[in-house]
Amino acid sequence: MLYVIEPGILTTIQDGGRWGYQALGVPVSGAMDGFALRAANTLVGNAPNAAGIEIHSPMVLRAERAHLLALTGAAATWEIGGHALPMWMSVFARPGTRIAIAPKRGGWIYLAVHGGIEVPRVLGSRSTFLRGKFGGLAGRALAAEDELEIGSAHLNDLVAAAGQRLETRPPQDSKIRVTPGPHADWFAPAALATLTRAEYRVTENADRMGYRLRGAPLPRARTGELISCGVPLGAIQIPADGQPIVLMADHQTTGGYPILATVIASDVRHLAQHSPGEYVRFALADTIQAD
Amino acid sequence: MIYAPPRLVPAGDAAILIEFADEIDDAINDRVHACAQTLRAQNHPAVRDLIPAYASLLVCFDPEQIAFAKMRVWLRQALDAPPTRAPFAPRRIEIPTRYGGAEGPDLAFLAEFSGLTERQVVELHASVEYRVYLIGFAPGFAYLGSVPDAIAAPRLATPRTRVPVGSVGIAGKQTGIYPLESPGGWRIIGRTTWHLFDPACEPPALLQPGDRVRFAPLSAL
Repeated sequence: MLYVIEPGILTTIQDGGRWGYQALGVPVSGAMDGFALRAANTLVGNAPNAAGIEIHSPMVLRAERAHLLALTGAAATWEIGGHALPMWMSVFARPGTRIAIAPKRGGWIYLAVHGGIEVPRVLGSRSTFLRGKFGGLAGRALAAEDELEIGSAHLNDLVAAAGQRLETRPPQDSKIRVTPGPHADWFAPAALATLTRAEYRVTENADRMGYRLRGAPLPRARTGELISCGVPLGAIQIPADGQPIVLMADHQTTGGYPILATVIASDVRHLAQHSPGEYVRFALADTIQAD
Repeated sequence: MIYAPPRLVPAGDAAILIEFADEIDDAINDRVHACAQTLRAQNHPAVRDLIPAYASLLVCFDPEQIAFAKMRVWLRQALDAPPTRAPFAPRRIEIPTRYGGAEGPDLAFLAEFSGLTERQVVELHASVEYRVYLIGFAPGFAYLGSVPDAIAAPRLATPRTRVPVGSVGIAGKQTGIYPLESPGGWRIIGRTTWHLFDPACEPPALLQPGDRVRFAPLSAL
């Protein structure tokens, strides 16, 4: 069991997401940086999409039993029993030790524990959906004095399993790759070029639902209302003010704003790890032709 | 305009938007839901989600399990094949609704907007069998159409910060029921105690795309 001493702000339990219910209006949710969650789970011997803790601000826990842990995602400091530890490494925590985690700048950080966080599956997933008040721990963010049950261990020797490391390199090209559409024809021909040449700042309105960006406006060529359609993760919606909104893990399933371009699946996490005030650049991915 | 054959439009590298038309039409919406049902029945291992809407169907898939081009070929074949299932059979559902008063704060505005009495507004709203064109916005939120022109009032200029769960609203030709307490700009004319969404139920959403819905006024005004 993990005992929550200081919960941090909007700390939630997330797994690989609640796929298969978007036709009923249920967002997928899941980790904002799915790669980091999968890496953390792999380090502690879990299935890649087991439930872990998504952290966005300083938090403190206590290991109530012996646990195998790993911390991944955005740069953070972490200490177990007062010892500073590297990220992206499996670590053994003795019973009763204090675990303190703090982001260095911002972004999303993942704590995985061998056995996974044991909360009930809701519609096939343990991910928290805060607006819907379901999933995770009673549909809410973690609070002080919460006791997090951990799934049963299958490793016999947690101490021996500690010390596994993953090497991570920053992406070679820091640009976020997009493909045009599905509504690129709603925009002036120069809009895609603008999107991929200008810099866009992540505004304070950036949360698990979507990131509002600010930069060179992306004007429409067509007026009128788009008929609402299903929208994918990473869609870059352009409302009437011409400023992009990128849809993130808790995004609504349908939308009525035209989508100029869509961030490719593997790059959504790179965008997710940008904090308010930081700038992002987009680039066209290898094109996929419509027929 | 109706697209024949339907357009397969890339929506990133993990989704394809099947566009059947660029207009709202009952026959097209039937086709969208029939197609969703056909694809669901095929149970392709790489398909993660299907989102039917008014005139389109978004197919979300795992790009690590299937290449984009292969997914598109598979979709094209699935669309060309004759339907493998019985035609879409809508369910009929009646939702008991209390109109006006504290539960329907915009009913008086609707009367003013339409030049009808409040009772006539209620009768008109309850006279129509609405179609669930799609579910979106929030878990279990059904976009129901079409509201008679006389009471098709526009959204509030400034949305309310808090609309109670179960509130029945109008936004233009659409009507709908708030499944969760949330902010909202629809004109609220009544409320139901029915739960539109409960993740513990199977299925979790009371209404499903394609269903037919009537509102049953609970008491005389």
